[in-house]
Amino acid sequence: MTESKTKSVVIFYSTSGAIKTESLAKKQGLIVKLIPVPRHLSSDCGICLSFNSDDIQKIEKILSDNKIEFDDIYDL
Amino acid sequence: MIYFDNAATSYPKPKEVIEAIIDFTENIGASPGRSGHRLSIEAGRILYQCRDNLAKMFNASDPLRIIFTLNVTEAINMVLKGLLHTGDHVITSSMEHNAVMRPLRELEKTGVQVQVIPCYTDGTLEPEYIEKAIKENTTLIVLNHASNVTGTVLPIRSVGEIARKRNILFLVDTAQTAGACPLDMENDNIDLLAFTGHKGLFGPTGTGGLVIGESVDIHRIAPIKTGGTGSRSESENHPDFLPDLYESGTSNIVGIAGLNAGIRYILKKGIKQIHQQEMSLTNKLISGLMGIPRVTVYGKENTENRVAVVSFNIQNQSPSDIGLKLDEEYDLMCRVGLHCSPAAHKTIGTFPTGTVRFGMSIFNTDGDIEKAVMAVHKIAKGEK
Repeated sequence: MTESKTKSVVIFYSTSGAIKTESLAKKQGLIVKLIPVPRHLSSDCGICLSFNSDDIQKIEKILSDNKIEFDDIYDL
Repeated sequence: MIYFDNAATSYPKPKEVIEAIIDFTENIGASPGRSGHRLSIEAGRILYQCRDNLAKMFNASDPLRIIFTLNVTEAINMVLKGLLHTGDHVITSSMEHNAVMRPLRELEKTGVQVQVIPCYTDGTLEPEYIEKAIKENTTLIVLNHASNVTGTVLPIRSVGEIARKRNILFLVDTAQTAGACPLDMENDNIDLLAFTGHKGLFGPTGTGGLVIGESVDIHRIAPIKTGGTGSRSESENHPDFLPDLYESGTSNIVGIAGLNAGIRYILKKGIKQIHQQEMSLTNKLISGLMGIPRVTVYGKENTENRVAVVSFNIQNQSPSDIGLKLDEEYDLMCRVGLHCSPAAHKTIGTFPTGTVRFGMSIFNTDGDIEKAVMAVHKIAKGEK
């Protein structure tokens, strides 16, 4: 697994959703990290999940398979 | 010292539980779900891990459908008061703890119809009596999984099957069984499972919760409290997603760190192993007590469908006198009286005097049982 150059983030409504996604993504061996929400993106739970933009389909699948509610996905 | 009050709260706790509480307090300390810094995130991870481990233990579909509460009483209140309205019919048993009975009696005053199905004197229940009681407006069936007075396990799987067939929600109070008996949301047909963290799950007091099955439409259960959740802070209206819908205010994360360690301990050891160990102690205790003249043991005489809770009395001696002697002269801690379960004591014929109750855990030994039986024997003979 290599670090891709571009990163994206999932913005969640709650920390529990973010941590659940982190846990499931790590189980699949994806490189993810919970980080404070960048200032130009809005959210109030304070954290979002960053991932390699190449993994977007895998992340989207995790979100939909597990019915995890999220606000949006942005490229950083 | 012999601690036989595990049905009230378990003691001792596994050392892993104590270590987890110390570790959290010393090294993490932050509030989960409220901030973006790494200590808050770490606290959030522990909260999630605990939900995940609970989901494994109860075969729950989604860790986020597990709500943390102060105790099982709060979880039961959440369902009863959030779900039942005037004109609804609710079915329960005559072996319930006041954690179920009191909220129901309170709701009864507001026009909720409460029907209590009688159990036999050993605490057992016929599922068909539940089925016969179902009416058009029956909204909920609520049962304890095991009695805190007799240790009798109720046939939740059969009752759950009836509830599912008739499209009625089924709430189970697992205060005496979570961690001590296998429980499975799917196989046992449970919609709502209320648990306590500080008994069989070995967490500290102040922990407990509610598992909400996939079959439950959460919009039917109004939250009994609302407030800060760390989510959707821009809104003055409460969020409608789980677990935030039912979790307001800072969580008991120190306690949950300990609870998480307790559940891990149980998952590693295996619930079947724990149950077997407890049943071996229970069997030894029941046969020992039954061999003493003037002693009456209540509940089932065998260990089938039972937990490690045994109630007894000595002829012409009050439970409180026996309890005091056990504590002061034999260094044995137990609980006497009505155990917050007047209905159960009426069912087994021990109201209003109550019984002496021994509640064991895997940290008790055969030696504890031998000493306890000997102590009861001496008290029954009038020695000391």
